[in-house]
Amino acid sequence: MKRVVVVGNGMVGYKFCEKLRNRTSDHELIIYGEEPRPAYDRVHLSSYFSGKTADDLLMAPASWYQENNVTLFTGELVTEIDRKHKTIRTHTGKTDHYDYLVLATGSSAFVPSIEGAERDGVFVYRTIEDLNQIMSYGKKIKKAAVMGGGLLGLEAAKALIDLGLETHVVEFAQRLMPRQLDDAGAAILAYKLSQLGIAINTGKSTSKIEGNGKLEALYFTDGTVLPVEMLVISAGIRPRDEVAKSCGLNVHARGGVIVDDSLRTSDENIFAIGEVAVHNNMVYGLVAPGYDMAECVVREIVGETPKLFTGYDMSTKLKLIGVDVGSFGDVFGDTPGSIPIAFQDKRNGVYKRINISADGKYLLGGILVGDAAQYNLFHQMVVNKMPLPAQPESLIIGTPGKAAEGAGVKSLPGTAQICSCENVCKDDLVTQITEKGVKTIQELKKNTKACTGCGGCTPMVNDILKITLESMGFKVKKNLCEHFDYTRQELYDIIRVKGIKDYEALLNSHGKGDGCEVCKPAVASLLASIWNELISEQDTIQDTNDRFLANIQRGGTYSVVPRIAGGEITPAKLMAIGRIAEKYNLYTKITGGQRIDMFGARVDQLPDIWQELIAEGFESGHAYGKALRTVKSCVGSTWCRFGVQDSVSFAIFVEDRYKGLRAPHKLKGAVSGCIRECAEAQSKDFGIIATEKGWNLYVCGNGGSHPQHAKLLVSDVDTDTCVKLIDRFLMFYIRTADPLTRTATWLNKMEGGLEYLRDVIVNDSLGIGEDLEKEMQGLIDNYQCEWKKVVETPELRARFRHFVNDESADETLSFVDMRGQKCPPDWNTKTTR
Amino acid sequence: MEQLNELKIATTVETDNHTWFRAARVEDFPANGGACVKYGDQQIAVFNFTRRNEWYACQNLCPHKMQMALSRGMIGSQEGEPKVACPFHKKTFSLRNGQCLNAEEQNITVYPVRIENGFVYIGVAKP
Ligand code: SRM
Ligand SMILES: Cc1cc2nc3c(=O)[nH]c(=O)nc-3n(C[C@H](O)[C@H](O)[C@H](O)COP(=O)(O)OP(=O)(O)OC[C@H]3O[C@@H](n4cnc5c(N)ncnc54)[C@H](O)[C@@H]3O)c2cc1C
Ligand code: SF4
Ligand code: FES
Repeated sequence: MKRVVVVGNGMVGYKFCEKLRNRTSDHELIIYGEEPRPAYDRVHLSSYFSGKTADDLLMAPASWYQENNVTLFTGELVTEIDRKHKTIRTHTGKTDHYDYLVLATGSSAFVPSIEGAERDGVFVYRTIEDLNQIMSYGKKIKKAAVMGGGLLGLEAAKALIDLGLETHVVEFAQRLMPRQLDDAGAAILAYKLSQLGIAINTGKSTSKIEGNGKLEALYFTDGTVLPVEMLVISAGIRPRDEVAKSCGLNVHARGGVIVDDSLRTSDENIFAIGEVAVHNNMVYGLVAPGYDMAECVVREIVGETPKLFTGYDMSTKLKLIGVDVGSFGDVFGDTPGSIPIAFQDKRNGVYKRINISADGKYLLGGILVGDAAQYNLFHQMVVNKMPLPAQPESLIIGTPGKAAEGAGVKSLPGTAQICSCENVCKDDLVTQITEKGVKTIQELKKNTKACTGCGGCTPMVNDILKITLESMGFKVKKNLCEHFDYTRQELYDIIRVKGIKDYEALLNSHGKGDGCEVCKPAVASLLASIWNELISEQDTIQDTNDRFLANIQRGGTYSVVPRIAGGEITPAKLMAIGRIAEKYNLYTKITGGQRIDMFGARVDQLPDIWQELIAEGFESGHAYGKALRTVKSCVGSTWCRFGVQDSVSFAIFVEDRYKGLRAPHKLKGAVSGCIRECAEAQSKDFGIIATEKGWNLYVCGNGGSHPQHAKLLVSDVDTDTCVKLIDRFLMFYIRTADPLTRTATWLNKMEGGLEYLRDVIVNDSLGIGEDLEKEMQGLIDNYQCEWKKVVETPELRARFRHFVNDESADETLSFVDMRGQKCPPDWNTKTTR
Repeated sequence: MEQLNELKIATTVETDNHTWFRAARVEDFPANGGACVKYGDQQIAVFNFTRRNEWYACQNLCPHKMQMALSRGMIGSQEGEPKVACPFHKKTFSLRNGQCLNAEEQNITVYPVRIENGFVYIGVAKP
């Protein structure tokens, strides 16, 4: 039995073990890793900042190694290789013998030799330990910089922003991501990043890292100074070839172990894979080529038909940063005769460039900034040498929408690689669907591992699934879930026409199984939208927020948000909130929705708190529901010297009219008193702006992660018309939108777009205007405050307790102090109970 | 089974492998939903699958962010497998064997449940 020893338990070392064990259990397999924990997903390291734990990131749990008969040593640094006797030795003195040795030692962050680089406050960004240090140091300071404006540097900058720090990026080159972007693309990226709050300093060469013990400022060769308290260096990588070098293997002058096409080093029994390997003068700083190398070596060792490593395409797509960036193939058009075509939209921050071959037949490569939806398709067009359409510019001008992308996938050859992390090609996916009977994306992922790496291929895999199923004659419908073979809109009609009033009845007559967390709240929302009966009657089909009529928070307590229509509140009511919050020791905060949120209430306290609030004249604010939230207002003509209409009164009227209205997603409105738009009405589902003659009504705006401005539906209408149109608009949305779809997304998907919507709502082209108004009136008439009902009904009230068999409260709740108020402890640092 | 008749008076009963304790009355639990039961220092989530006429119990602690929350989750099924979805991030767990059905989290402990004379009993494994 051959003994295979792997040095380095990183992403590639792990993948090697997985691949070898998938083939055979005949070889002994031993892996040594320097880090204290088993291999983890470095690619998604930054998600550690947004809630993932170290365990979440593991490539496989420690038990995997045991179950697969892989001997794992963590915390062991291999320091010596004796090639003559084929043994290795670790820093703790462990020795081992090998028949084959695989070096997968990866690389370390390159730290340029700048005076002061050893100061406190200077970090690199490579391991979980690095991140822990950055997080704890980051808590003490306000201002930080990243050295390096490449792929990793920008990711680090985003992490610093997420830590709440003022963040600067310092780049030596004249532009960001100099290896992936051209000047125009980098300029757009810099603009978008500056909007995220990241300050960009290009063309800066750091001469000195200054400070008294700890870091205080960066000095640049041009004489300028940037005062910062923390620096994250991301200036490139250096392959970790120390052991290889000391045992006399051939290494590259700039670092890295030199390998041939079989990944053999200068010793035939030693291989090198991943970021430590230098193939053809190239170090590959990405996982996909590393996995490919692992595959080659596994085949070599088990004696299968050899596969040679012949280089790898370095196309990349930046993730996480909030701005799409992709570059693929021949990025800069270096191929002789290539013709660049570029499209630039500075206003929306979009830049697209494609380089086409001299004969205009093929796509060679290109750059996408601001909108990289076409990245996968373009990349595949390059890799598969697919013929270009007659007007190649049509690829990048206009918005080629989903349909075009779907069609693109259709024309890809079967050998097209769809998932580059796991090397899954189109045929692999299609075969699963046509021959193995796979029908869902989950099964596809499980069987092929596609989408499980960086996840970038998910849209394409979805498209392939859909197209293949359709080609087999399956109707691909947006069914709610496995329990209902209907879309939301179909269920809406069924419930209305058949007069169904509860979930169980609907499941009995039109569904199967026991329901789930997808269909239950969706149906609950439909029932509420159609009948507007109290949702507390069917509490167990509601999301926890709707079930307890409050928003669940970290730690398991709830928040309380009374309605404060239009943001207007009397001093007496303000004091009442203050008194109640103080009595129940609640954390208070003014929300972004112009009202007051009280956090940290135990479930058993909720009815008592609401009883007091109701006694003071408050009502539920429905902050927990897919329902009308707030209608914000500016002061308007009552006080403001520019106001042309009374926006506050109108906002209060509108909020009271639609309060409690349930919809496919939450609804927000605003009324501004003049064109200055202080209420931000154009970012709302329905926004009203006062004019000299009446009101302009805007619809389908949205804040959130994909902000979109609302579109003008009608101008200068009087108050009654305005309200009538909002009635129709909201009701039409409630009737036809998919679950959890905001009005903006609903409109984006609507055939005919705004024109069609205006036809239906304003011109009543479907003749349903009156119907919609009537239906809305019915809902308005049926409104009751849900909390009032609970407070007054003992059976409903009894549900608000933590234990059914004990009066006590949940003693596992704990709080920490924050600026004089209570807060839940950070759940990312809490690992066990 | 014989000995369970005595349960009218006893609040716990010992069987070969389990200590059975009386949690609460059947009506204390919502139909097709769950509630939390206190057993010493432990919190156990109990679910009443009225539709299937089945009961399940599991730890109340969600392993994802260590939150005492599963009893407030929505129940349902996945291809017939009874499951609960955590109210925080909707990770789902089989109530039959505790397996995380999104395969992203640790599995959870499940407990056997018996109904006798209108009471819900939960079996806790003897150490
Ligand atoms: C409390 C508040 C933050 C604050 O302290 O200011 C808040 C808190 C939450 N927001 Fe928000 N949002 C709050 C104002 C906003 C605003 C500003 C506004 O309304 O003008 C926006 C952008 C405007 C918009 O919605 O278009 C906003 C966009 C979101 C989104 C993104 C929605 C989207 O369509 O993209 C989510 C996620 C979602 O709903 O799926 C979200 C989700 C949430 C949730 C419900 C997340 C969750 O599931 O736990 C937070 C829970 C609130 C709680 O526990 O009470 N919140 N959220 C604000 C409550 C306003 C209120 O009085 O009800
Ligand atoms: C923040 C960040 C984001 C990234 N994003 C992407 C991305 O989006 N896409 C992408 O393709 N790539 C990305 N990468 C790069 C990717 O993580 C690496 O290409 C990949 O991890 C390389 O795998 P490896 O196994 O060769 O090296 P590593 O993962 O570095 O593993 C090497 C391991 O060997 C250990 N080791 C070293 N020497 C010894 C020794 N002598 N004895 C024992 N153990 C030793 C090291 O401690 C380390 O644990 C990113 C990297 C970082 C840091
Ligand atoms: S309040 Fe809104 S923006 Fe803030 S963390 Fe919660 S969901 Fe995100
Ligand atoms: S805490 Fe349960 S799913 Fe996140």
